[in-house]
Amino acid sequence: MSDDKKLDIPSAVEDEGKRDFIFIATGAAAAAGAVSLGWPLVAQMGKAADTLAAGSIEIDVSKVAEGQQLKMLWRGKPVFVRHRTPAEIKIAEDTLISDCPDPEEDSARLIAKPDGSIDPRYLVMIGVCTHFGCIPVGESGDFNGWYCPCHGSHYDTSGRIRKGPAPKNMEIPEYKYVSDTVIKVG
Amino acid sequence: MSGHPSTYEPKYAATKWLDTRLPIVRMGADFMTFPSPRNLNYWYTFGGILTLCLASQIITGIILAMHYVPHVDLAFDSVQRIRRDVPFGWLLQPMHAVGASMFFLAVYVHMFRGLYYGSYKAPREVLWIIGCLIYLIMMATGFLGYTLPWGQMSFWGATVITGFFGAVPVVGESLQQWLLGGYAVDNATLNRFFALHYLLPFVIAGLVGLHVWALHHVGQNNPIGITTKTKQDTLSFHPYYTIKDGFAVVVFLLIFAFFIFYQPDALGHADNYIEADALKTPPHIVPEWYFLPFYAILRAVPDKLLGIVLMLGAIVVLFVLPWLDTSKVRSMRFRPVAKWFFWIFLFFCFILGWCGAETPDNIAIPFGVDAAGQVRGLNFTWLSRIATIYYFAYFVLILPILGLVETPKDRPDSITKAVLGDTKHTAILPAE
Repeated sequence: MSDDKKLDIPSAVEDEGKRDFIFIATGAAAAAGAVSLGWPLVAQMGKAADTLAAGSIEIDVSKVAEGQQLKMLWRGKPVFVRHRTPAEIKIAEDTLISDCPDPEEDSARLIAKPDGSIDPRYLVMIGVCTHFGCIPVGESGDFNGWYCPCHGSHYDTSGRIRKGPAPKNMEIPEYKYVSDTVIKVG
Repeated sequence: MSGHPSTYEPKYAATKWLDTRLPIVRMGADFMTFPSPRNLNYWYTFGGILTLCLASQIITGIILAMHYVPHVDLAFDSVQRIRRDVPFGWLLQPMHAVGASMFFLAVYVHMFRGLYYGSYKAPREVLWIIGCLIYLIMMATGFLGYTLPWGQMSFWGATVITGFFGAVPVVGESLQQWLLGGYAVDNATLNRFFALHYLLPFVIAGLVGLHVWALHHVGQNNPIGITTKTKQDTLSFHPYYTIKDGFAVVVFLLIFAFFIFYQPDALGHADNYIEADALKTPPHIVPEWYFLPFYAILRAVPDKLLGIVLMLGAIVVLFVLPWLDTSKVRSMRFRPVAKWFFWIFLFFCFILGWCGAETPDNIAIPFGVDAAGQVRGLNFTWLSRIATIYYFAYFVLILPILGLVETPKDRPDSITKAVLGDTKHTAILPAE
């Protein structure tokens, strides 16, 4: 029986290259399997669909009186709508951006209405300190803007970081004016 | 697990039968007769105390998990319910919460003991590194657990600490949101923190097994740092050190019991009795006392990323300590100069703890009053900077250099000579 004779050939002579190939192919398939199974185990911790869908809120800014600040919860974080006084607007506009660690003009932090005009009275931003995420206190700090009690960051009346450990200005959320006085955040 | 010849003789047919199949009784017996250096002092009882702490935390933790609800709307009330309505909840909840503080208290004593007597030096480097790993996971577990009662400090502590991950360049924000499972600390975060808080103590228990294994493989260090040479240098673990550990445990439990029964909230923060509010940050966020020194290091630096790097570095440096300390002499008893630097190091660790608890801009050490009547002096930011510099200098400058330039005192030849003097004392060998 010729088949039996074939089996008698020492494997080391015949199989060397073939075995290497099988080892590598098996290893590669197992690694690909482990990664494709491992990814769902890691990715499940990310934002769930309902969290992503929590979407948008509408705010009527005309209800906020001058010198007042409205705090709304959006995506688990507070959104500040501050109706700034003329003095605060003037300070924000007159500040040299070279004095800011994160240089940004006051006008660049406001979003235009559908007709293209900018209302500097209403400053809308995410009220979260860019240091470690505490909520800054309004009308305080060295620049009469916001002061974060956690680690002492001072923001000006445009929400720009001026002093302390925070690296960035307070973030402006994506929002737009859906009418003359109503904004839609998100 | 023991590195000494076994003296166990199974007496009964059943134990003989078991011994040839799974020598588990032998393992326990060898553990109890492990030859320990005869000069161990009370600073060496904290290993036993820590084992008790871990067991207590796991038992009370499992019980609390039977009553706790990890949901943002219910978590706070469920903890209050445990304290008020659940039978013996008034006892079990503080046992767990105070227990965490006692656990850290014991681990700090244990670690400073290791630093003073040079327990990290060859051949105990792996033993030390496993210990550092246990400490690191303890910190993670403590932080996760503190989030669960869902008070204001829980919530804002979790916000600040997860914010650290946001400082990682490029991927920071994605990483942070992945950890949180959302844009901010919320229900998804609370749920996973609960799951991980339940998991990690068992990881610690596994590492403690490795820690003890490594300890029994190389043998215990001792207050004079001289390796045990003869049988005379050692005592059987039981009854000599079971009794010593037992006494220390009783004293430790007295302090533990004082807090549980009389001051269950003294080590916590009053703000944690206010339910978490995502719209309001407490005016003064502080971590629990056992994280304060690291919090001070974080705040000592004006740069966000550098602050985190230094804070993590303060722990990472412990892992490489066996290779930083160049001195061959283990115990500080024979290091006349290093000893003083050690006590200054301990002092600055307390200073860092103090700085972590205070507001950075407040004055720590007043020098006088300026023209406007304001107190002038060194504020906590600068004090924490000085202490941070010393903390790192101790590990990366003082210990490496001192090992090369310091002349150590003469060391005794053996533990027996150190304890009993130079004469022959064969008769003093304890009864076995």
